Amino acid sequence: MAYDKFEILKSSAVPLPIENVDTDQIIPARFLKATERKGFGDNLFRDWRYNPDNSIKEEFVLNNPIYKGKILVGGRNFGSGSSREHAAWAVYDYGFRCVVSSFFADIFRGNCLNIGVLPVQVSADFLEKIYKAIEVDSNTELEINLQNQTITLLVSGEKESFDINDYKKENMLNGYDDIDYLTKMKEEIQDFASKRPF
Amino acid sequence: MSTTLFDKVWDSHVVRKIKDGPDVFFIDRHLIHEVTSPVAFLGLKSRNNTVIYPERTFATADHNTPTINQHLPVEDPLSANQLKALEENSAEWGISHWGLGDEKNGIVHVVGPEYGITLPGATIVCGDSHTSTHGAFGAIAFGIGTSEVEMVLTSQCIMQPKPKKMRINITGGLGKGVTPKDVALFIISKLTTSGATGYFVEYAGDVFKQMSMEGRMTVCNLSIEMGARGGIIAPDGKTFEYVNGRLFAPKGEAWDTAMTYWKTLKTDEDAVFDKELTFDGSEIEPMITYGTNPGMGTGISQNIPNAEDVEGGVATYKKSLNYMGFSEGEAMIGKHVDYVFIGSCTNGRIEDFRAFASIVKGRKKADNITAWLVPGSHIVEAKIKEEGLLDIFHKAGFVLREPGCSACLAMNDDKVPAGKVAVSTSNRNFEGRQGPGSKTLLASPLVAAATAVTGVVTDPRTLL
Repeated sequence: MAYDKFEILKSSAVPLPIENVDTDQIIPARFLKATERKGFGDNLFRDWRYNPDNSIKEEFVLNNPIYKGKILVGGRNFGSGSSREHAAWAVYDYGFRCVVSSFFADIFRGNCLNIGVLPVQVSADFLEKIYKAIEVDSNTELEINLQNQTITLLVSGEKESFDINDYKKENMLNGYDDIDYLTKMKEEIQDFASKRPF
Repeated sequence: MSTTLFDKVWDSHVVRKIKDGPDVFFIDRHLIHEVTSPVAFLGLKSRNNTVIYPERTFATADHNTPTINQHLPVEDPLSANQLKALEENSAEWGISHWGLGDEKNGIVHVVGPEYGITLPGATIVCGDSHTSTHGAFGAIAFGIGTSEVEMVLTSQCIMQPKPKKMRINITGGLGKGVTPKDVALFIISKLTTSGATGYFVEYAGDVFKQMSMEGRMTVCNLSIEMGARGGIIAPDGKTFEYVNGRLFAPKGEAWDTAMTYWKTLKTDEDAVFDKELTFDGSEIEPMITYGTNPGMGTGISQNIPNAEDVEGGVATYKKSLNYMGFSEGEAMIGKHVDYVFIGSCTNGRIEDFRAFASIVKGRKKADNITAWLVPGSHIVEAKIKEEGLLDIFHKAGFVLREPGCSACLAMNDDKVPAGKVAVSTSNRNFEGRQGPGSKTLLASPLVAAATAVTGVVTDPRTLL
């Protein structure tokens, strides 16, 4: 499934300053029973958002109306654990287009890139600055410019650049995905496969 | 030029290198299960694509299956629907499918090796992070997302940047009561839950040379729990002996050709790793976790560390202990336990049940313990019966369930209730992993057995 182009995103952000957020927290396994990709946003951070009786946990950041926006700002080692792409789907379906952290788990990062959510890795210092700015003003905005590979705290103009490989960058700028690429090289793959010993 | 085992296998599977981008990486064997494949098949259809090599994909139902009364229809309609989707998608595209009731059904990372799907020098992926298990055979194996499952179905390739290389050596031997699970939990506790992110890890040294194939699978399985994409161990005589004669393994002349290649699969003497670590096996004791990620583990005789002595943020550490209901400085031994789970792709093999039996033999299950013994496959189940372990379990008050992932991720009914503490031989102690509000202490089958007969966290060395 190709996705929307990602060029410049300017938005307020939701802070989640917890480290090692694993994909079981992002979407618990009991919500992985669907056979279609829809509705996962409702269960994003399910057990942090809701009590067992489905009442709202008011202290959780997603339940605080002052925090909103298309950017989720997570703590170090975001997305560890299970490879479930459902975690990235839940982040996307809830309305986030970008996750910012000082460190990402590999598989989660790859899953995000494959569905059009941009993972932006910043320094620990810059992450702190973002959290502080949001603390001062929850409407504070970040600007993420994929072409220039920069993330800017608009209130102060402080800026940092982030890494993404050229191939993935082109994909995201154009809304292409890997399957578009792979299906074009079918013959090359068939030739390779014919030489595999097993 | 000297190269590593990992380089040799990786480089031989690169179909195309993209400048400043990922490699187009060929996949020899693709394993699928009911949870992470349905959306991939939908994507395939929506683009009018086809499955390029159905004979390279194998399907088994495991994550969502009941572990009792498997002969009856699955009660939960959502689970039943996923199982049906796997069966129908497999049938539609001509993929081997081992559903509930099939004798080959079982946990994907247990049955893959058992049927010779897992081979040295192969590349193996599955929409499951514990695919790293298969690295025990000298394969490159790792977990992928559903978009990548679709890529493999339609092109037999994925787009992967080559990870960095790490080697972890463990020298010497292991002490009494110390199992492969303890070795893995020890390494993860040293590296933390993210210490190997971005790396592929080769395990080397005497400890791994002496380890059984089952043990190597346990260690490689847990590679992802320190963030590594996968783990790999050079194949040797034990590996070849394990693979030889299995259903999908090469036969006759093909076997001889494969063996010639497989014998070259080792790291050259002066090959260089991006990072190399060495530990002394004699320093490892039976391990147990006390927090909410697998890096939060300690020797069982130790106390829970203080926040200032561990890497990472204090707030996150305290949040984790608060969830567990534990305090800094407390002893692990003697902690009250309600559930014991032995099973999963980490410790659901015959060797694990033998270890469990070695302690519960002649003893009785503690009254406060609910125990779930779940074999990883029907082959494991059959061996448990053949070897007389089932009698030992029954006499000690334990019941054997049917194969599946079970309480490892609690997608089925095997859920640990809120507030209850489980000693579990599985792989993750995340908040709510074994059921909403459940608390998990990861440990070896020996620690699980010792705990099951005493009712509290117990050092197995006191019962051996």
